[in-house]
Amino acid sequence: MGSDEAYNFVFKVVLIGESGVGKSNLLSRFTKNEFNHDSRTTIGVEFSTRTVQLNSFTIKAQIWDTAGLERYRAITSAYYRGAVGALLVYDITKHLTYESVERWLKELYDHADPHMVVMLVGNKTDLESERSVPTEEAKDFAEKKGLLFLETSALQSTNVEAAFNQVLAGDSSFSASFLVMIRPLNFYQKLGVRLC
Amino acid sequence: STTYHPTTTILIKAGNKPPPATPGKPKKATTFQEFESITSDAWDVGDDDDELLAMAAQNLNIEVVMETANKVIENHSKQQERQRQDDPAESGQREEDAQEEVVAEEVEEEEEDEYLRVEEVDAISPDASFASQSSPYTDSRLVKSHSEAPIGSPKAGEHAGLHRQRSLPHRPPIIPLVARMADQNTSGTPAMTEREASRLDKFKQLLAGPNTDLGKRYSGQQPPLIWQRLRRQGYLPANAERRESVLQRKRQEYFGFIQQYYDSRNDEHHQDTYRQIHIDIPRMSPENLVLQPKVTEIHIDIPRTNPLIPLFQQASVQEIFERILFIWAIRHPASGYVQGINDLVTPFFVVFVFEYIEEEVENFDVSSLQEEALRNIEADSFWCMSKLLDGIQDNYTFAQPGIQRKVKALEELVSRIDESVHRHMQQYEVEYLQFAFRWMNNLLMRELPLRCTIRLWDTYQAEPEGFSHFHLYVCAAFLVRWRKEILEERDFQGLMILLQNLPTMHWGNEEVSVLLAEAYRLKFAFADAPNHYKR
Repeated sequence: MGSDEAYNFVFKVVLIGESGVGKSNLLSRFTKNEFNHDSRTTIGVEFSTRTVQLNSFTIKAQIWDTAGLERYRAITSAYYRGAVGALLVYDITKHLTYESVERWLKELYDHADPHMVVMLVGNKTDLESERSVPTEEAKDFAEKKGLLFLETSALQSTNVEAAFNQVLAGDSSFSASFLVMIRPLNFYQKLGVRLC
Repeated sequence: STTYHPTTTILIKAGNKPPPATPGKPKKATTFQEFESITSDAWDVGDDDDELLAMAAQNLNIEVVMETANKVIENHSKQQERQRQDDPAESGQREEDAQEEVVAEEVEEEEEDEYLRVEEVDAISPDASFASQSSPYTDSRLVKSHSEAPIGSPKAGEHAGLHRQRSLPHRPPIIPLVARMADQNTSGTPAMTEREASRLDKFKQLLAGPNTDLGKRYSGQQPPLIWQRLRRQGYLPANAERRESVLQRKRQEYFGFIQQYYDSRNDEHHQDTYRQIHIDIPRMSPENLVLQPKVTEIHIDIPRTNPLIPLFQQASVQEIFERILFIWAIRHPASGYVQGINDLVTPFFVVFVFEYIEEEVENFDVSSLQEEALRNIEADSFWCMSKLLDGIQDNYTFAQPGIQRKVKALEELVSRIDESVHRHMQQYEVEYLQFAFRWMNNLLMRELPLRCTIRLWDTYQAEPEGFSHFHLYVCAAFLVRWRKEILEERDFQGLMILLQNLPTMHWGNEEVSVLLAEAYRLKFAFADAPNHYKR
């Protein structure tokens, strides 16, 4: 297990939200700095990683991108296991995708760690002219529910780093309170899971 | 439990086509015609399952199949070794000579009237014309997994007179002209040789020819594929006149569905279905656009120059897909539309469209087709996809129990055939569901180039429950094919990223053939396994 010397923490983060809101592009933008106009629908779960420095810790973000369609939820619920952070994404130009947020939240809390750090993300700010979800409304909702909130554009690369980093920082400050010394690879993951 | 369809148990019986392998005059069709007249009612829709099953079982000679499969694997290894030893110029010459033989034989075979022929004989398929091959080959490794020996290791053994396809290094894949047209700009595939180009012309001439009898028309290269499909789908009888009329009837039936259902797509009870389809289709591309991490820079632009992309961006093509999927979904409320099903239309659609493409595929505009031609392509694609899905519908019903079962079965199978790989996965806590879900949901389409999918599905259609049961063995063979790369990854992340981005971008016929051979070995090795492997 030599590779774990490269990082102190591994945090599992999940991207959830309706089909077509831009989850996969947020992921590729964050982990590979890529954006693909023609990205195909995600099937099952897709996976990517990126290592970041936060507060002198080296953190490996292990990011799971799920399919948005309702049909898959019976399978993807298994993927919440061990996740310490979530980005709940909607499309600011499609109000319907915002209306499903409550449903996604419920599912999240049904399956995942209640201490999970969750951020509500309004994606596609590059399409400002087609906006159908007012920023203030979403912001108020997030506050009421105890969620972080940001609006992003995976296409223009706006606020994508900030979104992931805030979630990861939230995770690390949470885990740091249990930190005694640097531990090998799966230790903190398992710690997170055992807290459920 | 899987729905069993009698019409999917369509094995091409021995004698259905002339024995291949050695160049020379193929046997005349008399045997076939006799056979055909005896069994011409076998293709009638609604025939008795058991009868067909019995017929199929009789012709399936397990020993022969195993023998054949082993030969392929062995041949592949020998070929690998030969490639290492050969002077490149020399192998080029050998390839040319062999191709010459191929062309000569094909031209003869083209003249055969109205019989089902595959230009490349699938050495793996149970249509055992290999009964005529006498070379004895005993393999004490029969039950042991091939994966334990590295591919390419030299093996002692006779080089049997296997199909010429296997003995040619770098012979371009056969689903060839279809797929190679699609790959023309991919830097990994050799450019079409002059010989291939002239072959292509020959086939185009044939297709354009005045004789539009279904059998003759489809005696070209990828058309037999279509032909086989239509026939194997079981809704076309063998008899030529009846074939045509049933085909027309099915097409009319589909057009009737459009009238019946399509206008309701914006109605309240249908709009969610339609909306999802409408989101997914414009995002479709026939090839995997995800850049594979292990591929070097020179290949980076491959996906962007894939000549099929413009085709899939055309509005009329997108509409066709939307209609097909919407109508299927409405007619199958137990599952409705599930993401991934859209991919399953692609191979049929592409194969049917390619009949008509004369110019470069990048420049091909479907609106240049006769309206009737396009409608027929659509209808035929619908029925083929429909038939495929009939056998695997529980993959897509709520909670997708079919997939969950299959992934479980895959895990159990792998634990038996390659304990090291299995333990490695366990050690790093990789769950099979995390990578194999997509393998089952999309029938490996997201893991392989389109040309390989077409090749693979050709075999699936020759197998009973090919898309459901045999697919499991293909997945197992596929997984352990990468055992070296898998065992090299020493953390969860690395494993996941590897398994979701397996380097198959340049795979062709060769690789698929070896995969199929291995899958057959596994299948017959576990033929007596408990039932839960089979469902």
